[in-house]
Amino acid sequence: MYSQMVDTGVSKVRNTADMDDAERAFQARIDALEKIEPNDFMPQSYRQTLIRQISQHAHSEIVGMLPEGNWITRAPSLKRKAILVAKVQDEAGHGLYLYCAAETLGAERGRLTADMLSGKAKYSSIFNYPTLTWADVGAIGWLVDGAAIMNQIPLCRCSYGPYARAMIRVCKEESFHQRQGFDLMLALCRGTPEQKAMAQDALNRWWWPVVMMFGPPDDKSVHSAQSKAWRIKLFSNDELRQKFIDQTVPQAELLGLTIPDEHLKLNPDTGHYETGPIDWDELFRVIAGNGPCNRERLQARREAHDEGAWVREAAIAHARKKAARNQPHQEAAQ
Amino acid sequence: MTTPNKDWPLWEIFVRSAHGLAHKHVGSLHAADADMALMNARDTYTRRAEGVSIWVVRSSDIVASDPANKGALFEPAHDKIYRHPTFFELPDAVKNM
Repeated sequence: MYSQMVDTGVSKVRNTADMDDAERAFQARIDALEKIEPNDFMPQSYRQTLIRQISQHAHSEIVGMLPEGNWITRAPSLKRKAILVAKVQDEAGHGLYLYCAAETLGAERGRLTADMLSGKAKYSSIFNYPTLTWADVGAIGWLVDGAAIMNQIPLCRCSYGPYARAMIRVCKEESFHQRQGFDLMLALCRGTPEQKAMAQDALNRWWWPVVMMFGPPDDKSVHSAQSKAWRIKLFSNDELRQKFIDQTVPQAELLGLTIPDEHLKLNPDTGHYETGPIDWDELFRVIAGNGPCNRERLQARREAHDEGAWVREAAIAHARKKAARNQPHQEAAQ
Repeated sequence: MTTPNKDWPLWEIFVRSAHGLAHKHVGSLHAADADMALMNARDTYTRRAEGVSIWVVRSSDIVASDPANKGALFEPAHDKIYRHPTFFELPDAVKNM
């Protein structure tokens, strides 16, 4: 997902015997589905885990602009270009909502950015794959944003108020992202044989990375239980993955595309699709920094940060100069 | 004037929707000054015509009540149920009041 394998700092779920009175009262509030707000008491591990999770989510939105931004100048029509620009701008907005939510926990924006640029903080594995053709822009909207929605809709009910509210805004906008992607794929699939082949090629390359994007299988997901107890994760990786596959396979059929999984079949008893084996080594390789584009993505972010430094400094210098100039007026008014 | 902090300060953003409601807190952002905060707020919080008016306030200028004092602060409102109209039972003959 946009946040994967978030470290909770605990090796097993804290039970009530391990907790002091304040922690027990905190857990009781969470169990009663109350929202935790910035100035409320919260255990340090809850605060740190949320900072990691929300900032990782924010970094994903920001880095996620790169693969799609790659195609803005080469969009096939003015309409598609305008839509893509609006979509990429939304991703920047999503990053900002999330950074602000992380800041309500006492995290400093400069620190969060520095941790991403140094590689200490992660972002979603999915954005380390390249966008080789125009169809990849459609595949990202349809599949990646479609997968993101699966995770983000439950997070609208998560226990931390500012995160839940940011998710509500994000979800309202994400639906446009998924639809424009599907619409793009639909146009290609109804086009020439070459265009349809391009759509199939994009699905072939994005399918497995998107399936993996939900994170490792539940039995290998060490921190999920604590995150669930804190209600900052509402469904397990496998539950969300299953939901996504069940929803997406019929959509691929509607497009006339083939899911690149020869073992994929509908189990008539459960009503769920079953997939072939998933190459988890690939996910761990990409998360460890060795995906196709990890270095390129970080390099692009570092360059943008460094080359923008003079703008940030000039703006604050200008603001201070203006404030100093206005000072005498303010004193006179008092 | 020359503080070592190069970070832009944090601003809280309030947006009034077109329906005559009060300005509502929508989030926060960083900006060098108030003008930039307004422009950034427009781009961040009103991309889909969510508002017709924006207020920006420096976060450091906001004074908030302490959640630890919630009990003492709001307790006086709890034992005055007669402030609610439903406290008063009306004779059936009175249809609307």
